[in-house]
Amino acid sequence: MNLLLWVALPYVAIACLVGGTVWRYRYDRFGWTTRSSELYEKRLLRIASPLFHFGLIFVILGHIAGLVVPEDWTEAVHVPESAYHAVSLVAGSIAGAAAVAGLALLVYRRRTSGPVFSATTRNDKLMYVLLGGSLLLGLGVTVIENGIRGPYDYRETVGPWFRDVFLLRPDPDLMARIPLLYKFHVLLGLVLTALFPFTRLIHAFAAPWRYPFRPYIVYRSRGGRGPATRDPARGWEPVTRR
Amino acid sequence: MRVMAQLSMVMNLDKCIGCHTCSVTCKQAWTNRAGTEYVWFNNVETRPGQGYPRRYEDQDTWQGGWTLDRKGRLKPRSGGRARRMLGIFSNPLLPTIADYYEPWTYDYETLTTAPLQDDVPVARPYSLISGEPTKVEWSANWDDDLGGGPDIAGRDPVVQKISDAIRLDYERAFMFYLPRICEHCLNPACMAACPSGAIYKRAEDGIVLVDQDGCRGWRMCVTGCPYKKIYFNHRTGKAEKCTFCYPRVEVGLPTVCSETCVGRLRYIGVLLYDADKVTAAAETEDDKALYEAQLGVFLDPEDPEVIAAARRDGVPETWLEAARRSPVHALINRYRVALPLHPEFRTMPMVWYIPPLSPVVDALRDTGHDGEDAGNLFGAIEALRIPVRYLAGLFTAGDPEPVAAVLRKLAAMRSYMRDTNLGDPADEAKAAAVGMSGRDMQDMYRLLALAKYDERYVIPTQAAAEAAALEESACPVDYDYDEHGRDRTSGPFGEASGRPAPASVESFHALKDRQTTGALVSPGDRKGRVNLLNWDGKGRPGGLFPRRGKGDE
Repeated sequence: MNLLLWVALPYVAIACLVGGTVWRYRYDRFGWTTRSSELYEKRLLRIASPLFHFGLIFVILGHIAGLVVPEDWTEAVHVPESAYHAVSLVAGSIAGAAAVAGLALLVYRRRTSGPVFSATTRNDKLMYVLLGGSLLLGLGVTVIENGIRGPYDYRETVGPWFRDVFLLRPDPDLMARIPLLYKFHVLLGLVLTALFPFTRLIHAFAAPWRYPFRPYIVYRSRGGRGPATRDPARGWEPVTRR
Repeated sequence: MRVMAQLSMVMNLDKCIGCHTCSVTCKQAWTNRAGTEYVWFNNVETRPGQGYPRRYEDQDTWQGGWTLDRKGRLKPRSGGRARRMLGIFSNPLLPTIADYYEPWTYDYETLTTAPLQDDVPVARPYSLISGEPTKVEWSANWDDDLGGGPDIAGRDPVVQKISDAIRLDYERAFMFYLPRICEHCLNPACMAACPSGAIYKRAEDGIVLVDQDGCRGWRMCVTGCPYKKIYFNHRTGKAEKCTFCYPRVEVGLPTVCSETCVGRLRYIGVLLYDADKVTAAAETEDDKALYEAQLGVFLDPEDPEVIAAARRDGVPETWLEAARRSPVHALINRYRVALPLHPEFRTMPMVWYIPPLSPVVDALRDTGHDGEDAGNLFGAIEALRIPVRYLAGLFTAGDPEPVAAVLRKLAAMRSYMRDTNLGDPADEAKAAAVGMSGRDMQDMYRLLALAKYDERYVIPTQAAAEAAALEESACPVDYDYDEHGRDRTSGPFGEASGRPAPASVESFHALKDRQTTGALVSPGDRKGRVNLLNWDGKGRPGGLFPRRGKGDE
């Protein structure tokens, strides 16, 4: 069981994430969009969307800091575990609360605003359950396991396990010992990762990081190799060639 | 100088009768799909009026177009790159569906399925957005023909800029129609705002398009465009806009809106412009100088220097020829009767308008004056300040002089042509008064009043422009041997086997042989085969003509 959950599942999730993204990029660039509903309703969105997104960005940054950076590294720069813990607890709680509050508002808006609700697909609903579940569990883990029940140093268990998965020497025993709430949070996160490219979440990978560096005015040649075009076939080649 | 060519349009507002045929046919062709119910790539507005979407011209609210920063450089009015990136999670400057209108349909089915009853069954309106029964309260042309009266027309941003006091007065004075499509600007603000870089201007014909595979639905372009001519398809989550009917113009046909225009008021043609000058022109400090600045970007297609530069920059010969015959070039540059719509947005729009003289003529006629007398018309243009100021608010950032000059030219033309039509001697002084010659008057009259289909639409095809390249797509010129070292002029099993020799190879050798041989008639060997294309008229080469009879060899 441990092997299945903590060795097989992460690799399946990574495969789905990478494969799905490649598939989406190759075959469904037209569907790759934020599918914004701002045209229908923008008053609530104005508050909820930045709250959620910025909260989530800090949540993700926190995950990177917590999972990717080993404990030795922070200690090497003389940051004691207690100090790290305090920062992660406070910052994590704030970011998590912002993301959860933003998401709650977004879901409320989605449910109560008629046009927005009718533009919601089943795929969206599943995604909201998974995303909301992981966020709530994550916030719960931070507040309950790390805060109320006293400090829990996930950097001795979850962190090494996470890094080992990428180093191709996964160790399920590390995960067998962690609190139940943590287990659920990680599992839900893995499922979300697997489904990520098949939901609207994929728009995160369209983040326009090149925008600040490109010129304002863009010329393209009609015969150019845009993503949707191809080289003109030469006269004698069958027109069905793809 | 970097010469580029663009297809652009001029609309003669005097002829627009506000029939909306252009809008309807455009919608049938392009936006009759789910997600674009509210979208009109072409719409016709009654001016004064709020337009579609409501009050789109009010850039204090919508922040469309460009502005100049403290150093005098161009910056999108809604914010530069950093601000746009930080604000990407919501766009408060996006018009909502209520600013356009909530599209609807009727439950027509009840008309046929209602049981026999005392009351006539009615088809109730249903929202196409929410699917619920709705109350129709606004549409893309709700204030057509000043419908709704001064309350609605008075909220026209251009009217509000002129002054509140004159409002009623001028509403008695005039009304006209303004058909609008995407401006296909030289300096598009939608493009600058697109985080994904999916909006682009085609190098060949200047048409601004949205790459549907590249668009990620950030909606910034809708904010960026001051004309609000980019729309968000709420089903696909992608931006869509007028395509200048590129599948049609590529093969030489006019756009659907032009083709179906009842008043025949649209002109399509090529304009040459200097791409290096665009930014500097758009950075002109004075709003009122932007019209002149944009004229300075256009190039004269007759100028030998321009022609040489255009050839260097790869503008096809057919496009240069079309630029010389372009009705758009004539109306904008030669006669200077067409003006850009809202140059103060600094996007360098490329769909221009001939302002309407008819309100002035109508006002004269209504007051019992001769509406075609030059003296009366000139006096009225000066006296009817309000229409001129309103038109200036639309076309020249508020400077009345260029508008008045155009109206004087149109008035002079009317008067001049009346003399001609009535058999009176042509009065050259009338033409000279507006800085034109009698010949100019005749030509302009022909273009504005009579021009037939092929004079209104001078559209070079893409295929002709690429024909030379396509001919050589088989191989580059001057090759005796192909990339595998095989003789191109002969196949493995003799002359007619293998791939056909590319035209350039065949004619190259044929011409060389013809030019260097001493023989008068056919050179005899296969390489020198003469065909109708390269035959120089010397003798009767074998195989070129069918044999006449038995003795003919």
